[in-house]
Amino acid sequence: MIGKIAWKNIFYKPLNTGLCVSLLLFGVAIISLLLVIQHQLNQKFEEDLKDIDLVIGAKGSPLQLVLSAVYHVDSPTGNINLAEAEKIMNLPVVKNAIPLAYGDSYQAYRILGTTPDYIEKYEAKFIEGRAFKTPMEANISEQIANKTGLKLGDTFVGTHGEAQGGHVHDSHQYKVVGIFKKTNSVLDQLILTDIESVWIVHDSNHAEEHSKGHEQEGNSNKLHDEENPNHHDHALEEHNHNDHSHAHHIHEHENKNDDNNDHSHLHTTIDNKNKEITAVLLQFKTKMAAMTMPRMVNEQTNMQAVLPAMEINRLIYLIGIGATTINLIAGGIMLMACFSIFFALYSRLKERKYELALLRSVGYNSKSLFALLILEGFMIAIIGYVFGWFLSRLTLYFLNEQAESDFNLQFSYMFTSNEFWLLLLTILVGILAALLPAWQAMRIDISKTLSEK
Amino acid sequence: MISTKNLEYQFPDSKPLIFPDIILNKGHSLLICGESGCGKTSFLHLLAGLRKPTQGKITFDNEELSSLSASKLDQFRGRTIGIVFQQSYFVQSLSVLENLLISPYSVNKTKANTVCKRLKIDDLLNRKPHQLSTGQQQRASIARAVMNAPKLILADEPTSALDDKNCKQVLSLLKEEAKINKAALIIVTHDNRLKSDFDNVIKLNPLKKS
Repeated sequence: MIGKIAWKNIFYKPLNTGLCVSLLLFGVAIISLLLVIQHQLNQKFEEDLKDIDLVIGAKGSPLQLVLSAVYHVDSPTGNINLAEAEKIMNLPVVKNAIPLAYGDSYQAYRILGTTPDYIEKYEAKFIEGRAFKTPMEANISEQIANKTGLKLGDTFVGTHGEAQGGHVHDSHQYKVVGIFKKTNSVLDQLILTDIESVWIVHDSNHAEEHSKGHEQEGNSNKLHDEENPNHHDHALEEHNHNDHSHAHHIHEHENKNDDNNDHSHLHTTIDNKNKEITAVLLQFKTKMAAMTMPRMVNEQTNMQAVLPAMEINRLIYLIGIGATTINLIAGGIMLMACFSIFFALYSRLKERKYELALLRSVGYNSKSLFALLILEGFMIAIIGYVFGWFLSRLTLYFLNEQAESDFNLQFSYMFTSNEFWLLLLTILVGILAALLPAWQAMRIDISKTLSEK
Repeated sequence: MISTKNLEYQFPDSKPLIFPDIILNKGHSLLICGESGCGKTSFLHLLAGLRKPTQGKITFDNEELSSLSASKLDQFRGRTIGIVFQQSYFVQSLSVLENLLISPYSVNKTKANTVCKRLKIDDLLNRKPHQLSTGQQQRASIARAVMNAPKLILADEPTSALDDKNCKQVLSLLKEEAKINKAALIIVTHDNRLKSDFDNVIKLNPLKKS
């Protein structure tokens, strides 16, 4: 019965309760959202990192190299020479080395040239087809298949750069040979192909388009400014970062290969010395080797080697500072919620003392009255938490809409363990606020109250 | 069943009130009359165990009220006594029916319905207390007072605000409910209209120790 009275009473003054609940709701929503995002971001960072001990790429911002090569959320720092990279890839301490090369995209999905090792690393399972074997074969995730409508056996052409509307390499068609199940990793957002494909598309590009371009004009693209041999210099990969001044793109070398017009056996004739890749992901046999490698690479070559775990820890630390600030604000809101519950309960005590005295006269003891007020604080807290939780998930939904296209990120709506502590905190806020009013309710002089006129 | 002996109560900073000894048996009724300020309500509250006497004893079925702990006293009151207060008090957020069933010792919904039928407020059960007229509220208070099948019904000035016709009606309702519940009935009032209806009348004098 006490529970029923408490429940009915908090809805008797809906505005009072509404204020308390809405303050709690916003506090809880903000904290819960931060908890989920931080938790999942950390988890995602860790999962995508797998056992990549070292990333080698062009000199530039180390964090950018990690974000672009491991997480594919930033643009690459530039290109490195394959021959030079291979010197490191072939070292005996290296357990596993995966080269990456990119530049093209299809419907805003990055086309990544690599080796089948990359797919194995993320333990992708094929629903249809198989892993790519030869150049111009591509693998996509079921997610991309759904979004783009590509099916097994379909062909598509890449757009130069990452933005839609760039130059279209319409003379080289990729063929979908395998669709893999969702891996919940960075793999889901990539179109994977053999690294040779990237070289073929870009090395042959200029000359081929020159001869074929006009025939295909009808059914393909509007962006036929191929007459300009330097059209790749406005590559979208060029960013504004200062440290990119020396960034190169694969395509800058294509003019050197212009004389090589024999496309039928092109991949065998590409000069190995001029082949370029974007980055290499390395796994070492011992952690010790990974620790000493960066200095060697950074000093002796014009590439840079970065320990991704270190960069990500730094990034998480920086995010953490921002998150702490927001958490403090949310904590302030929670404190205000605590006060508002206190005021709501305390200010009503005066008009409610008659009914509280009445409850005593029909047989409730003073402890029950104490429990009644505590229960009211508790119920407001629970309501605030539930609504706050749903608000955080609603926000997450809108954030997901944004994050998926911008950062290849998708947050799950699951209840995280930290949110359990948040629940306890919210309940504590409710009970703490009700403590003094409850104490007062317990000490009401029933006889005096009931003889007042 | 209920008896008092040498009962005294002293408010802070005032002279003690002395109450006459009473003895009342099951099924009987008693009217306690007195002018305003002579301690009628205090006497009633002492009998109900809402207040502890500074001196003297109240014995109820061989149990002494002043020896009970506070929560035992709450329990005792909830079980055996029904009180109709001078004003009608309700839990505002609950409906009339919920107010009737509010006591942890109230019998059940069926009893609430039959009692309310007798008191002719059975069509008001789903309303909120503040939607009732004063007369209806008083009936509802009487109904609540008997919901726990009390052995003793205490009523504080139940008729002071009513006209002659309603006064008679409320009085007969109280007597009827007491009879049905086989309870003793004690009414404190300054309303002289009631005197003729009671065999036992005690006049409470503003007797204060000098």
